[in-house]
Amino acid sequence: MQTKAEAPATEPLSLSDVTRRYRRVTALEGVDLSLRLDEVLAVVGPSGCGKSTLLELVAGLQEPDAGSVTVLGATDAVARRAACAFMPQRDLLLPWRDALANAALALECQGVPRSEARRQAEPLFERFGLAEFERARPAELSGGMRQRVAFLRTLLPGRPVLLLDEPFGGLDSLTRSSMQRWLAGALAQEPRTVLLVTHDVEEAIVLADRIAVLSPRPGRVVAEIQVELARPRDVTSAEFGDVKRRVLEALGL
Amino acid sequence: MRYALAALLLALFVLAWQGVASLHSVDDLTLASPVETFDALRDDWSLLWDNALVTLVEVLLGLAIATVAGVAFGVAMHLFRPLRNAAYPLLVASQAIPVVVLAPLFVLAFDYGIGPKLAIVALICFFPITVNLLDGLRSVEPELLKLMRSMGASRLRTLRSVELPSALPFLFSGLKVAATVSVIGAVFGEWAGAEEGLGRLVLLGNNQLQTPRVYAGIVLLTLMAVALFVLVVLAERVACPWNRKEQSV
Repeated sequence: MQTKAEAPATEPLSLSDVTRRYRRVTALEGVDLSLRLDEVLAVVGPSGCGKSTLLELVAGLQEPDAGSVTVLGATDAVARRAACAFMPQRDLLLPWRDALANAALALECQGVPRSEARRQAEPLFERFGLAEFERARPAELSGGMRQRVAFLRTLLPGRPVLLLDEPFGGLDSLTRSSMQRWLAGALAQEPRTVLLVTHDVEEAIVLADRIAVLSPRPGRVVAEIQVELARPRDVTSAEFGDVKRRVLEALGL
Repeated sequence: MRYALAALLLALFVLAWQGVASLHSVDDLTLASPVETFDALRDDWSLLWDNALVTLVEVLLGLAIATVAGVAFGVAMHLFRPLRNAAYPLLVASQAIPVVVLAPLFVLAFDYGIGPKLAIVALICFFPITVNLLDGLRSVEPELLKLMRSMGASRLRTLRSVELPSALPFLFSGLKVAATVSVIGAVFGEWAGAEEGLGRLVLLGNNQLQTPRVYAGIVLLTLMAVALFVLVVLAERVACPWNRKEQSV
């Protein structure tokens, strides 16, 4: 508690002793985590260990039963929601909107008029490898492209904290690894504070500065592993293998 | 191919109809043959057409009232849970009322004019429109609603950008049902008391033993309902182009 005054300056995001229960199930218990500015933290854990709950707590979509969640110094849900850009596992693009309008949706939700929102989204399509696809409906896009549109929608409002819930979980493994490389490159260019939830250990090592390992339900942080590898990271290198071994060990595998 | 098969079945049906009507044991007063019906359509065309227009106006206005009221009521019920809980049983009950019995009372209340017909058409069309719209508004995935909330969307923004577009195909399903039953509603309305309209013409024809004219009226009423259905399907294609795969007709 005595660290609270200095916390906002150094830690854009922190969870302190967070517990979340649903009826008879305890999803998370006594979780402590904190992220530095522009740090990428990956949370890995077995299915059902409360990873998604963790993200929704941070995103201000749920409240903890005990403990506190602080985002940019704010603990109330509305302020947390305003500080975080949340990207769910599935792209959830609206089938009746073209790619450009889908990307613009996040801005529209903040009250930006539709045409202005489209105008702001347009220049980013080139950078996201989506040039010429502005007018395409989601059904006409490949899985990887749809995910990139979803990313664009997430990044566009410029919120300081990114919350990614298995962002590539629905993609085939080739598309997934190319999207991971693409995201690593994008974050290198334009760093953000990222909380990434995944059950893919390699994905966590490719992208994260630090990895927190959760136990099976109820989720607790059982290990935090610093990833000191140079970027771009080579999944075939011996050092990568070492980190992977340590993470798998912490997972009990 | 689809259309060819449908046309073939229709042709077979007309042939069978002609065959049964030509049997000696079948009374001409009970069943007019397709040929007799066609003759009646030709000979009484202006009479039939004038009355068909009257019925068409009743149907279209009644449908319009039901659509406006159904959408307004459906959205209101969706936005206000207490209203939904309170009004849903009434909504179901409104559909369970035997309209045939209600029609004469409407005529008593509204006189012989267009009023009772509109009331009956609107009453039976309101239900499929409202219920389908409500289902559509609730069909949005919880994940998507969560995403909208995380992006800071207001209730109205979510309604406008997500729930209403999601509900549009459902609304059109309701309209398809409404379009086909609307004509039946207009006929009941006219039977309870009217000075003109196809329903009244069919009833009169029945009393006066003009069987071919009755059949001609029935054919026109059926065509009207089918045409309305097709119009709704076409409107749906224009309004929901992303939903193409599930189209029929």
